[in-house]
Amino acid sequence: MSKPVKAVGLLSGGLDSTIAAAMLMRQGIEIQGLTFYTGFCVVEHNRRSKTRKRKKPVRNEALQAGAKLDLPVEMIDISGPDYLKVLTDPKYGYGKTVNPCIDCRIFMFRRARQYMDEIGAQFMFTGEVLGQRPMSQRRQPMNVIDRDAELDGLLLRPLSAKRLPPTVPEQEGWVDREKLGDIQGRSRQKQMELAEEYGIEDYPSPAGGCCYLTDENFGRRILDFFDHEGKENLTMDDVMLLKIGRHFRVKPDVKVVMGREEGENKFLERYTPGRWRLETKDVTGPTTLVEGHPTDDDLRQIAGMTVRYAGSKADPGTPVTCRYADAERILEPSPVEESVLETWRI
Amino acid sequence: MIQPVLTLDTFGLLCPVPIMKTASAIREIAVGEVLEVLADDPQILEDMPAWCASNGHALLDTIEEDEEYKLYVRKVK
Ligand code: SF4
Repeated sequence: MSKPVKAVGLLSGGLDSTIAAAMLMRQGIEIQGLTFYTGFCVVEHNRRSKTRKRKKPVRNEALQAGAKLDLPVEMIDISGPDYLKVLTDPKYGYGKTVNPCIDCRIFMFRRARQYMDEIGAQFMFTGEVLGQRPMSQRRQPMNVIDRDAELDGLLLRPLSAKRLPPTVPEQEGWVDREKLGDIQGRSRQKQMELAEEYGIEDYPSPAGGCCYLTDENFGRRILDFFDHEGKENLTMDDVMLLKIGRHFRVKPDVKVVMGREEGENKFLERYTPGRWRLETKDVTGPTTLVEGHPTDDDLRQIAGMTVRYAGSKADPGTPVTCRYADAERILEPSPVEESVLETWRI
Repeated sequence: MIQPVLTLDTFGLLCPVPIMKTASAIREIAVGEVLEVLADDPQILEDMPAWCASNGHALLDTIEEDEEYKLYVRKVK
C-alpha cells in the first residue's frame, strides 16, 4: 500500500477550516493541523487584563477542532519583531483599520510552507472561501498572496476549489477535484449543510473580530503611536499597552494610559519601569502610567485626570501619589474639565 | 504514583502560551515518560485535554489547589 498523502491544514477552529479538514480526511489525506499565535488575539488579551475569575471558560477553538476530528495540531508562535514589521510596513497596505491582512496571510503562509517542508507534507490547505472576506479572500488578492508566499500551486482551498484554477494536489491526483467544494460568498448555508453531513456539531460562531488589528479603537491608537513615536520604535510591550485602558495624548511627547478596572490596573503595574505611575492616595482609583517626559504642570494635570476617574469617592482635592523609580511626590491637583479631556483622548 | 521526568513551570502565562511550551517540552522527553506542567491559567483545564486528545498524548491527572494546577502528561508517540 502506498504511503498516504500528507497535508498541512491551517486551522482557525472555525467552521470553515474544520469542514475543509473533514472534506480532505474523507479522501484519505493525512492531516497535520497548524495554527499561529500572533499576540494579537482579542480573547487571550481580554483574559490577560481582566480579573481572572470568569464564569465561562474560553476554549482554544483550533485545539478543540483538532480533538474533535482526531488530528494533531501544531501551534507556532510568530509574535515578535518580524511579525511586527508586517504591521508597521505592509506592502499591500491596511484594510478598514490597521489590519494588514494580505501581508499577514503572506507571512503566515510562508511559515506554513516552511513547516510543510519540515514535516514532509505534500501540500497545504485553508478553509478560505472565495469572496467571503473583503480584503484577503477575493480572487485577485488570493493570487497575490499565493505568488508572494511562494506557494508554487501547493495551497488548496477545498471549500472553493471548483471555482479556482486547479492546484498541484488536484493536478497530481492526490485529491479528487470532483469531490471538493464550489462555495462562494458570504452565505454560510452550504457550510452548515456540510457540517451536518460530516457530523460536525458544536462549532463556534463565525470568528471575525477576533484579531485586534481589525479593532477601530486599537487602530486609532496605533496610528497615534506611529505619528508621535515612530513606527520603527514599536515593540510588543507597546502593543500590550495599546490594547488596554483609556489613552490620552496630553502633549506631543506625553501620553497617558489609565486602567479602567482592577485587572487592567494590575496589568499596568507591570509596565511601571521607565514610566511615571500615579495613583490616588487613600481612595481606590485608576493606575495611571505616563509615557514621555512630563513637566511638573503636566504631572499636576495628569494627577487631576486620575482623580477625575477615581469615581465618586474622590473629592477634587484628593491627594495623588506620583512615583518614578525611587522618586515619590504627592500632589493635590485641581480637577480637569471634561471638555479638555475629550481633546486629549485617543 | 506518577513520576514526572520533567517539570514545566508556566505560572503567570496565559494559554495558548503554556500549551506551546508543553509542545516543546514534550519533545525533550522519551515515549512513556511523564511531563508535569504547573499553571495558574484556568483555561489550561480546557486546552490541555484538547491538546492531548488531538496530539495523541495521555493526560494522566490534573490536580487543582488554590487556583493553581498541576497536570501530568504521558508522551505516547
Ligand atoms: S484579521 Fe488579523 S490575523 Fe487575520 S489576516 Fe487580518 S491581520 Fe492577520
